[in-house]
Parts: sequence; structure tokens; C-alpha cells
Amino acid sequence: MDLSTDTLLDLHERMVRIRLFEEAAGSLAEAAKLPGFLHLYVGQEAVAAGVCAVLNDDDHITSTHRGHGHLVAKGGDFNKMMAELMAKSTGYCKGKGGSMHISDLSLGMLGANGIVGAGSPIAVGAGWANKYRGQNQVAVAFFGDGSTNIGAFHEAANMAAALELPVVFVCENNEYGEFTPRSETMAITDIVDRAAGYGMPGVIVDGMDSVAVYESATEAVARARRGAGPSLIEAKTYRFYNHHGVQNLGLKYRTDEEVEQWKKRDPIFTLEDQMTKAGLATAADFEAIWQTQRDAIAAAITFAEESPFPDPADLLLDVYTDAVVSS
Amino acid sequence: MTREISYVQAFNEAVRQAMTDDANVVCAGEDIGAFGGVFQSYAGLQKQFGKDRVVDTPISEQAIIGMGIGAAVTGLRPIVDIMFMDFIAVAFDQIINQAAKIKYMFGGSATVPLTITTGGGGGLSAGAQHSQSLEALLCHIPGLKVVMPSSPHDIKGLMTSCINEDNTTVLVLHKRLLGMSGEVAEEPYAIPLGKANVMREGSDVTIVAWGKMANDCVKAAGKLDDQGISCEVIDPRTLQPFDIATVVESVKKTNRVVIVHEAVRFGGLGGEIAAQIQEEAFDYLDAPVLRVGAPFSPVPFSPLLEAEYLPSVDRITAEISAVMARPLLGA
Repeated sequence: MDLSTDTLLDLHERMVRIRLFEEAAGSLAEAAKLPGFLHLYVGQEAVAAGVCAVLNDDDHITSTHRGHGHLVAKGGDFNKMMAELMAKSTGYCKGKGGSMHISDLSLGMLGANGIVGAGSPIAVGAGWANKYRGQNQVAVAFFGDGSTNIGAFHEAANMAAALELPVVFVCENNEYGEFTPRSETMAITDIVDRAAGYGMPGVIVDGMDSVAVYESATEAVARARRGAGPSLIEAKTYRFYNHHGVQNLGLKYRTDEEVEQWKKRDPIFTLEDQMTKAGLATAADFEAIWQTQRDAIAAAITFAEESPFPDPADLLLDVYTDAVVSS
Repeated sequence: MTREISYVQAFNEAVRQAMTDDANVVCAGEDIGAFGGVFQSYAGLQKQFGKDRVVDTPISEQAIIGMGIGAAVTGLRPIVDIMFMDFIAVAFDQIINQAAKIKYMFGGSATVPLTITTGGGGGLSAGAQHSQSLEALLCHIPGLKVVMPSSPHDIKGLMTSCINEDNTTVLVLHKRLLGMSGEVAEEPYAIPLGKANVMREGSDVTIVAWGKMANDCVKAAGKLDDQGISCEVIDPRTLQPFDIATVVESVKKTNRVVIVHEAVRFGGLGGEIAAQIQEEAFDYLDAPVLRVGAPFSPVPFSPLLEAEYLPSVDRITAEISAVMARPLLGA
């Protein structure tokens, strides 16, 4: 598949936006400006960008605890995201969700999720609704290698296959379930082997290569749209930072050499090199893109910092749609 | 126009009328399609509305709830069935951490108009994993509404309200009431959630009970009439939110309260209700608030043991008599 320059630049911009958002969030966390947990997506940008570039606004995705990248790739608003991370009332969740629950229903982003594996059944439900409505929408479940060890994933995969639902399962295999290597928690090497158990096709793709992800997502999404049922994409990828927080080297469960090896395959710089060599863009073009997004991030941080915290009077707002008092 | 139909037929009619009225109402669950559900609560619906709308699922409780959530947040009004209430334990993450919290966690930007139906209660020698009354676990979770109807009339109106709700509701069908018959209006109607029903008026003691126990308490009240004890029986119908105002109003009149439930007493909803009564009507009480419930044990299998385990009409009658026999302080 030869992708147009516009498509390549689209992939690039989505990845740059994710990278800059996450690096900014990391810096703010180090400066103790973000309460709560922070799970950075840096390193895995090609997966969210490659898949979401194939989707329409009215297609749905479910995400994970490492969910910022998915929302950015689906078109998320930096201001509302940054404000949510800073626990401000102008955030996506009005300061009630935080990093692990950012969501934008208007973009079909059905939420980051603090429970490993829990998004997949919800994506299946979106797929059920989409099939029932018959308007050609698809649902994508993003999840990690670790969540393929939990029951919810298996129930969701079987359900989607049994009911022939328009769902794409995208496994981001970053080789670690939190702080434990994949090799110690499963007896298989490739997550894609699990697809056969549900009678769905599966494919392994280089998760550091946004073009490869885009191509495999194009096929999987087309399959779902034409009513041929679900499929599984296993994207082999890597997170450059720790499970949570901003440490990247000197970790007990992986070597610095391994981190450095993966960083040589940085998905953004790899794409930039390819496009430069092919004469599709120049270093100056890329720098302009980075600068535009840096400015957008800076504006988002200012917006978030200047936004008010939630009003304690709104503590009980939105537990229900109506005012229920059960004290 | 009313006619006599059964509790399970009344439930079925509420679902059928809602599906006829609103194309967004869809159903999913184990065996609910061609078979109509193990309790026949979904009988005939797949035939009428099709397989895309009344879906037979694999035995996958987490995915059943999850697919209901996903369909609800993307615009449908799904009804998903968990065959036995005991099986909600299999799906607790999706119920507790997802359905109940999505609206709040998302800052109000999503709603989860999901109805979960399930068969609860004992009395069928179904053993420890098919007989429980786990309503207290659900009522403890902000974001859920919990409904336990006690009659054909109520289940139709309450199920209609659950389907119309923009919040996630759990409606528990009591397995021993499925064949209970009663007058039910043919046309659609809704009974508001959170509104108790005074099943029987009385002046000496207030009895609070729901599901099958509400009916058993009315029977006990009939027996106590013969002893000259006038019981007011209140069925809250909805347990979350709980209509404490109706109970407190009654207590101010009767000055004594007995709360009866099939669930184990310890940590049961009776404790919460008792606490709220003493907070709001302490000065009106002439006796401690009494809780009648199951002992702290799994539900036994043997009919003889189960009869001992579940509150019976005789036991309820005796407990109420004992509360009435307690002398007033200083009397």
C-alpha cells in the first residue's frame, strides 16, 4: 500500500501530538503538578496513531490505563486533557476522572480505564450497537499484552466472534505487564496465537512502524465494516518509560540496554527519516510541525493552570442523572 | 383494562411493550432468545423482534454486562440478563467499576441507561450458588439503582421505569414469585423508582420487607390480626434509592419497626434501614428496631435446612409478637 504524503503527515502529526502531550505530562508530574497516577504512552505512539487514522469520528474505541495516546490520536482536545490531568473543572471529566478515565463520547472515545482488560467487553457492546444500527460504524478495543491474561478479554473476544460483531482487537504488546516480563506470565510468545482460539484472524505488526499499523488496521477495519466480523492485531511495541511515572532507566525489571535498543526504533523519528529520504518532507517541515504542537501544548498548560478546581458543591453531581440522596 | 397474569408474564409484557415502543431497547443474555430464558421471562421476544435485538449470548457474564454498557453509552437502552443473582459475582467488575461509575468518572458526559435483570432468592433447593439475595452488595455502590418487585402489578410498572431510566438499574425477579398471579393493566404504565408501597395499613407496628418477604409479611400480618396486633406493611420496592420518608412517617405512627429480608442479617440492608430510622425517628421508638433475616451461613441445599434458614411466616409472626410484647420503659 502506497500511502499519500497527506496520510503520512497525518500519522506523523498524531504521533508528535501524543509525544509532546506525554512529555509535558511527565514534566508536570515531576514538578508535582499532577495529582494521582500517570501512565505514559511514549514509545507506543505508532499504534494509536496508525489505528485511529483509519477510523471515523463516529467509530468507537475503548482504552486502557495508558490511555492518553488513544484520546489524542482520536482527536482529543489538549486543553481538556491537560486540565483533567491537573484535576481542574474544565477537564474532560470536570476533575472527577483524572488520567485513567479521560474520555470523549463526541469522538467515540469510550474512556481510558483503570481496570486491566475491562475495556474490551465495552467495545463489544459498542460493536453490538453499531451492528444493530447498521450505519457501518466499528469499535476498536485497545489493550495490552497483560490484559490478554484476564477473563474479560477472553469473554469479549469470544462474544465478538460468536456474534460476528464489527470489532477490532488491538493488542499493544509492550512485553511487560506492569513490572513483570511477558515471558513469565504466559507460555506463548505471540499474543496473536490467541485469535485462533476464537475463530478470528490475527496478524502481527511492527508496532514501532505507524505505516505498518495503518495498513493492518485498514484491513481489519474494512473487514469489520463489511460485516465479516472481528479480528486481532498484535502490535509489537515498547514503552520508553516505567509502568507509571517518568523513570526510564535503572529499572529493576528491564535493562537499560534493552530500553536503548528500542529507542533506536523511535516511531516518530523512523517515519521522519523515511519521509526525508523519499523526498516527501524536509527537516524544516517537521520542525514546523513540532513547533506548532509545542505551542498548542504550552497553551493547554496555561489553560489548565488558569482553570479553576472543581467546586466542592458539585461533589455529588453526576453520580446519577437525577438528584438521588442516599446518605 | 386489567386481567390476571403471572409475575413473569407481567415482566415479559413490560419488556415487550418497551421494545414495541422504542427501537433502542435491545436484550441480551444466556438462553433468553429461542428458549425464552430459564424462567421464561423473555419468552417469545426473539421471535417477535429478531435475533439482532434479542441476543443469545455465550455464558460470559462479564462480557454480557460489558456489552450492555458499551451499547448503552453509544445510544441504546439495553436490557441484559444475568440468569441467577449469584452470577453477578462473576461480573462484578463490569457492574461496580464500570456501569456504576462511568457517568461520574466521565464528569457527566456519558450516561449508562442499562437495565440488568436477574433471578434472586431461595426456596427452590437450588443450593448455595443459585439462591442468594445479594441486594445489599449492589445498594452499597453509588451509581446503581436496585429494584426488587413483590407482585405482578409492581414488576410491570417497575421494569418499565428501569428501562426508561437513564441510570443503570438492577431489577431482581424473585424466583418463588414467578408464578404468582395478580391483576395487571394491559396498557403500559410506570411505577416511579424510589417510591415505597404501603401494602397494608396498620397502627401497632411497621413491617418493612421486599420481594417474596413482603408477601410473607402480609400473611404474617393477617395472623397477627387475630392476636389483636395491627401491622402496617411497607414494601420499599426500590432499595436504592430507598424511600426512608415513607418508613419514618409510618414509624411515627406505630412506634415499632421490624425489618424482614431473605438476605443474611449481618451487613444486610436491614442494618442500614434501622440506622436511618434511629437517626430520623429515635424519639418515636418504643422498642429496638428488629431485623429478621437469614443466619450467617451459605444457603443450604436440603429442603429441611433451607426451611430453617429462610425467614418463614411463622417465624416472622413470632418475632413481631415478641416486639409487641416488650414493655414500654417505665410502664
